[in-house]
Amino acid sequence: MLVEQIAVFLENKSGRLAEITAVLAENGVNIRALSVADTADFGILRLIVDKVEKAKEVLKANGFTVGKTDVIAVEVDDKTGGLARVLQCIKEASINVEYMYAFVNKTGENAVLIFRFEKMEEAITMLQNGGFTIISREQICAL
Amino acid sequence: MYWQKEQECLTRSNLENLQLERLKKVLKRVGTNVPFYRNKFNSLHLNPDKLTSLEGIRDYPFTLKQDLRDNYPYGLFAVPLRDVVRVHSSSGTTGMATVVGYSKNDIVTWSNLVARILCGAGVTPDDVIQIAFGYGLFTGGFGLHYGAERLGASVIPISAGNTKRQIQIMQDFKSTALVCTPSYALKMADVMMDMGVNPNGLSLRYGLFGAEPWSEAMRQEINERLGIRATDNYGLSEVLGPGIAGECFECNGLHVNEDHFIIEVLDPDTLEPVKPGDVGELVITTLTKEAFPVIRYRTRDLTRLLPEPCPCGRTFHRISRILGRSDDMLIIKGVNVFPTQIESILFEIEGTEPHYRLIVERENNEDKLTVLVEVVESIFFDEMKKQRAFINSIRKRMSSELGIGVDIQLVEERTLERFSGKADRVIDKRKL
Repeated sequence: MLVEQIAVFLENKSGRLAEITAVLAENGVNIRALSVADTADFGILRLIVDKVEKAKEVLKANGFTVGKTDVIAVEVDDKTGGLARVLQCIKEASINVEYMYAFVNKTGENAVLIFRFEKMEEAITMLQNGGFTIISREQICAL
Repeated sequence: MYWQKEQECLTRSNLENLQLERLKKVLKRVGTNVPFYRNKFNSLHLNPDKLTSLEGIRDYPFTLKQDLRDNYPYGLFAVPLRDVVRVHSSSGTTGMATVVGYSKNDIVTWSNLVARILCGAGVTPDDVIQIAFGYGLFTGGFGLHYGAERLGASVIPISAGNTKRQIQIMQDFKSTALVCTPSYALKMADVMMDMGVNPNGLSLRYGLFGAEPWSEAMRQEINERLGIRATDNYGLSEVLGPGIAGECFECNGLHVNEDHFIIEVLDPDTLEPVKPGDVGELVITTLTKEAFPVIRYRTRDLTRLLPEPCPCGRTFHRISRILGRSDDMLIIKGVNVFPTQIESILFEIEGTEPHYRLIVERENNEDKLTVLVEVVESIFFDEMKKQRAFINSIRKRMSSELGIGVDIQLVEERTLERFSGKADRVIDKRKL
């Protein structure tokens, strides 16, 4: 149910993001989704990739600090209110969203929402009971 | 286990009386026999006979490493060379070498003091002790050697170097105690792995380590990898060599052999005593040495005085492990800051040797300290909230321990240059 996400520490210096994507490209790692959280001094880059271990290994070898976290991917129809319904369900259980990002798949019919919740297990139960589709990393990569 | 229980467990009041009596004697002796001290005491109108309390020591002048150099080689000896039976010398890596001497009685005292430390660290006459300190002008090898013989242990005087042979002998001779530097102990563990030697198959049980600063994490690593009980001991050739202070089995500070030394822990800047428990420079006066007494010798080593009673029963005060050198001290907003304080906080948080840089600046006539810290996996979070909370927690901890505000800036791994010396980790941009 959980999807492995990698996170990379980035100083706010020009060219760092370019370097990371180049390293991944050279090693045949495909990025499916990403987001950056930033402050004045540094940023945290989060990535969903097809080859998690490979990505972690090559980034580390290139001197980056890499972490691995579990996130939840929810597939919704790419229609008005898709995200709102998911958040309503989570809100009812008083679960906080630590962060989230989203992408739309190739066909443009569905959107994939990536979530990190404060209480991951509870969130999964709530989403399943609410009838939402939770997808795996393999499914994301196959989209 | 004690070597000289009567002395090691003296009541504090008896100990202090003994110290005062011995202090007067040594001050009188150096004031008579050593021109360097005689001139200093005379110019300050100091009369040891008038000393009524131990605090009176603070009227006496300090002795510096430079004084030892200026009187090279024999100028500070307090007995004729005829009565000196041994000469040692410091390595001279940070300048001209210094020379120290020992009388027959000094060697006996020294041996007993080292035997105390060996006992405290668990060594008994049944042990086989492998001394992997260099033998020669360096005090480490001979100091431990004489102490171990005095105790009655079986000594293997293998000296430093040739690690494979050390391990071979350790296996064949069934050494139960190892004496060397802590970093050499870890090197031995590495070489054992290369050689396919399982440390658990050895007879080794105790390790006595000294001659360089080390950390609690390093102790744990040594204990785990060699399957031994590692203790810290402290000494410096200018004062005695090994035998000044050593840990008991509590492994929580080093007992100073206070019947033979008076220690002070002073603010290196004001030279006033720091509060017990605060970091300061260790200053030592020898009470019983005949050939080479020193009065208020500034060691430049930083430590904390731990005056609380120890469960082991020894009444001698303890000092913390050596935390660094006062030569590296920075004064920021009028507060003394030692890079090692910051290092040990980071070490504790990260669990590995931290890479950091201190930047001191002056903005609008106010000093500002920024600590650059390389991010490692153990302190990196995917959530901004946690990452910022983490930065805040180190900032608060450092500010409260150092007593000044600190800014923390995280930088990417391997972006700070690697230096070997601690002083190089400081960039002082203040134009004073």
